[in-house]
Amino acid sequence: MEFGFTTAAYVVAAVLFILSLGGLSGQESAKRAVWYGIVGMALAIAATLVGPGAGLWLLSILLIAGGGTIGYVVAKRVQMTEMPQLVAAMHSLVGLAAVFVGLVAHIELGRVLGMTEEQRHALEGFGALLAHKTPVEQNILRVELFLGIFIGAVTFTGSVIAYGKLAGKVSSAATKLPGGHILNAGAAIISLLCLFWYFGTGGFFPLAIMTLMALFIGYHLIMGIGGADMPVVVSMLNSYSGWAAAAIGFSLGNDLLIVVGALVGSSGAILSYIMCKAMNRSFVSVILGGFGGTTGPAMEVEGEQIAIDADGVATALNEADSVIIIPGYGMAVAQAQQSVSELTRKLRAAGKEVRFAIHPVAGRLPGHMNVLLAEAKVPYDIVLEMEEINDDFPETDVAIVIGSNDIVNPAAQEDPNSPIAGMPVLECWKAKQVFVSKRGQGTGYSGIENPLFYKENTRMFYGDAKASIDSLLPMIK
Amino acid sequence: MKIGTPKEVYEGERRVAMTPDSALQLQKLGYECAIETGAGAAAGFSDADYEKAGVEILPTAAQLWKAVDIVAKVREPNDTEAKRLSAGQTLISFFWPAQNKELLELCQSKSANVIAMDMVPRISRAQKMDALSSMANIAGYRAVIEAGNNFGRFFTGQVTAAGKVPPAKVLIVGAGVAGLAAIGTSTSLGAITLAFDVRPEVAEQIESMGAEFVYLDFEEQAQDGAATGGYAAPSSPEFREAQLKKFRELAPSVDIVITTALIPGRDAPVLWTKDMVELMKPGSVVVDLAAEKGGNCELTQKDQRVVSDNGVIVIGYTDFPSRMAAQASTLYSTNIRHMMTDLTPDKDGKVNHNMEDDVIRGATVTHEGAITFPPPPPKVKAIAAQKPKEKAPELTPEEKRAAEVAAFKKETKTQVTLLAVGGALLLAAGLVAPASFMQHFIVFVLSVFIGFQVIWNVSHSLHTPLMAVTNAISSIIILGALMQIGSGSFLVILLAALSVFMAGINIFGGFLVTRRMLAMFQKS
Repeated sequence: MEFGFTTAAYVVAAVLFILSLGGLSGQESAKRAVWYGIVGMALAIAATLVGPGAGLWLLSILLIAGGGTIGYVVAKRVQMTEMPQLVAAMHSLVGLAAVFVGLVAHIELGRVLGMTEEQRHALEGFGALLAHKTPVEQNILRVELFLGIFIGAVTFTGSVIAYGKLAGKVSSAATKLPGGHILNAGAAIISLLCLFWYFGTGGFFPLAIMTLMALFIGYHLIMGIGGADMPVVVSMLNSYSGWAAAAIGFSLGNDLLIVVGALVGSSGAILSYIMCKAMNRSFVSVILGGFGGTTGPAMEVEGEQIAIDADGVATALNEADSVIIIPGYGMAVAQAQQSVSELTRKLRAAGKEVRFAIHPVAGRLPGHMNVLLAEAKVPYDIVLEMEEINDDFPETDVAIVIGSNDIVNPAAQEDPNSPIAGMPVLECWKAKQVFVSKRGQGTGYSGIENPLFYKENTRMFYGDAKASIDSLLPMIK
Repeated sequence: MKIGTPKEVYEGERRVAMTPDSALQLQKLGYECAIETGAGAAAGFSDADYEKAGVEILPTAAQLWKAVDIVAKVREPNDTEAKRLSAGQTLISFFWPAQNKELLELCQSKSANVIAMDMVPRISRAQKMDALSSMANIAGYRAVIEAGNNFGRFFTGQVTAAGKVPPAKVLIVGAGVAGLAAIGTSTSLGAITLAFDVRPEVAEQIESMGAEFVYLDFEEQAQDGAATGGYAAPSSPEFREAQLKKFRELAPSVDIVITTALIPGRDAPVLWTKDMVELMKPGSVVVDLAAEKGGNCELTQKDQRVVSDNGVIVIGYTDFPSRMAAQASTLYSTNIRHMMTDLTPDKDGKVNHNMEDDVIRGATVTHEGAITFPPPPPKVKAIAAQKPKEKAPELTPEEKRAAEVAAFKKETKTQVTLLAVGGALLLAAGLVAPASFMQHFIVFVLSVFIGFQVIWNVSHSLHTPLMAVTNAISSIIILGALMQIGSGSFLVILLAALSVFMAGINIFGGFLVTRRMLAMFQKS
């Protein structure tokens, strides 16, 4: 009876989780969708505690409450600009939890196998589940928990490094140990050998080696990926954390874990795919790090960067009828979203059409810019995606680029030798006038020269993004 | 070198080719400037203004013509003036070389270099020196003002305590520069404005200025304005008939007609016939901007204001720009100044008459003793040839059906292949794996499938909340830990407890942060 109830609750929870993800198709339905997720999670935990979650009730609830408090505090305190770090950090927790659960499964399996027939019958909960397995099933179980630990461990160190890079605690440049991907490949092969070893003996030793190898792969893989590729990395880790949960679900024979793991896994995979497509790069080339080799010398950039002061920008804005703002990671770094929002409000009050153009990989997290603008109370219906707005640039009076670089680089279209050739970009140079708010003359993360800055209708508005925008505000009528 | 501007000798001409402002700019190019005394008086620029700008004032025209290397003026020179030209001297003015053959030859015999402002080719680069357009702009504006001056009613409709006033209805024929300027002026005065042009591609421009385009019900190969350098070309008799019919229809209802139809190098076409004037209400006004070329209206008399038998006023003035001499002089002198900028690439006060330059070549009509008119066609076309509107070939129902079936078949094929491969793999796995594993595996495959279906619909702007929420629900791994926590040794309990703890952080943190983010998304 107990189990029947739990299964039924799991089905309901699974449906709620699916609805919760499906509800994210629109801003309004999303607000309801979160509640589906919360209820689903509560139901799942309650059902597990009532059903197969044998013993130590109180401890479990205390631990959940304790963890919950920390989670609550963190979620309340976190700045929206720190969202990428937070997401990465939370992935690492899931990864580590998966490793632990996998290890426990291994220990339990060993214990149960060492028991006699009578003792097995006396078992309860998880042990009983293991006890009823046939030898073939036990072998499969080993493979599953092996995979679960492997993916979990990669997710853990990978997320920790990603967190470090996003929080600025680790250099965001792509660094590799000597040997590069050979090391990763070597570690992967050793892990594979460990699998056979473990399969044969069932001992703890191969498992431990594999775990170390997986931790190393996670670390080294993410260290080799640079800052601007972080959206792909974060969504990839998201995907991994899902697959880890699914693998653990197999080994525990828990369908809800499998369902949710698969949902999360495929969600992360799709996000990674979207991000890669937005950069016109294959998933493999992003993961292997660095930019692909170029086929020839880059096009010579002619002209010079012409600077402009706040006065000039304000005059142009006062005269413009339509304005498109293109935010990038620089806006997040400078915390300029409130100023940008204020500027938007003023321009809209003056009867001008103001819109935002968001490139899929702008920022360090999929949808990063949208969240920042939403935080600053920019209405979401004027925040548009690249495909929606790219054709409107020729009819636009002023385009303002705030802290983005590669996503507005015309070389992607004009120079077949450019490292980013073929990447879809926001065609802001087609606007009548372009202002680029930028700290200095550097080339940015990718080190690619941006011909946009040299175009005749482009003016460079040097300075910290927040200070620059703030200096504009009093001059807008 | 020295640039000079004599007083215009044509009767009633009030414009002047150099203003104090433009003189300052010319001096920046390295030229010295001179004017004949009183040259700018009619346009409102006194000699004192010029002197302040550093311009030399010369007492007579003869002295001026002798003293300067470049003469800039408005109207084409008369015989006396042309005879004053000396070899190597440059003259910049309106010239109308096609109509003034003898004058052209006279200038050639003096071996002067003549740049005709009316011959500046219509290309983007030359817009800043396109004096025809800047003058036409003024003419269009002035035509409406002139019409208003003669029209006894308001332009805009009003409802007053003393009764209701209907808005005036204005028809503008020909939407060139003058026509468009007239449209703009007329709409901003509040009149209902209709506009007609033989070039259908200008309909958009007309509508953008706030007027209504008068469509003709006529099937003919539309004129391509690009082929004639942006100007209108003569139309076929049938087209003309249809056009006149339309005008006859409109005549009784319009109050003001402004005609601007000109075809380069020809007499103006008659578009507003006598009978149309007779159809109009008494007190209506016709302003004919084509009067100089014979007029678009049959009753037009050059430089005259005539009143028809039924009380319609027909205005045939030809000096609209000159009637706004101050404005016209400012614009014209700027055009001249831009021409000089192009002629002085080094800004050293020396004319470099570069006959390789499209614009300069096109405008030059005599150069070093040779007549260089007409110029060869410019290398750059004025307006990009209109792309023939691509009509998607109308598919027959059968073809459409066939295409649909083909697409459907292709899709089916890929799907079936995928399903077959996937199914075969599943079956293969099912052969070896035990039943309990297969159960879970099927759940897994279905979930992945659902995940793919659902996630594609997530809107791009919600990707960050999606990540946060998936993060929260991926801590479902807590279930595993909860199941294990009670069974076995201390190590097991410790590990499981840690897992529960971490997952707890994640659950609360993930959902809360998602809610925080979503609450921020607001509609305007």
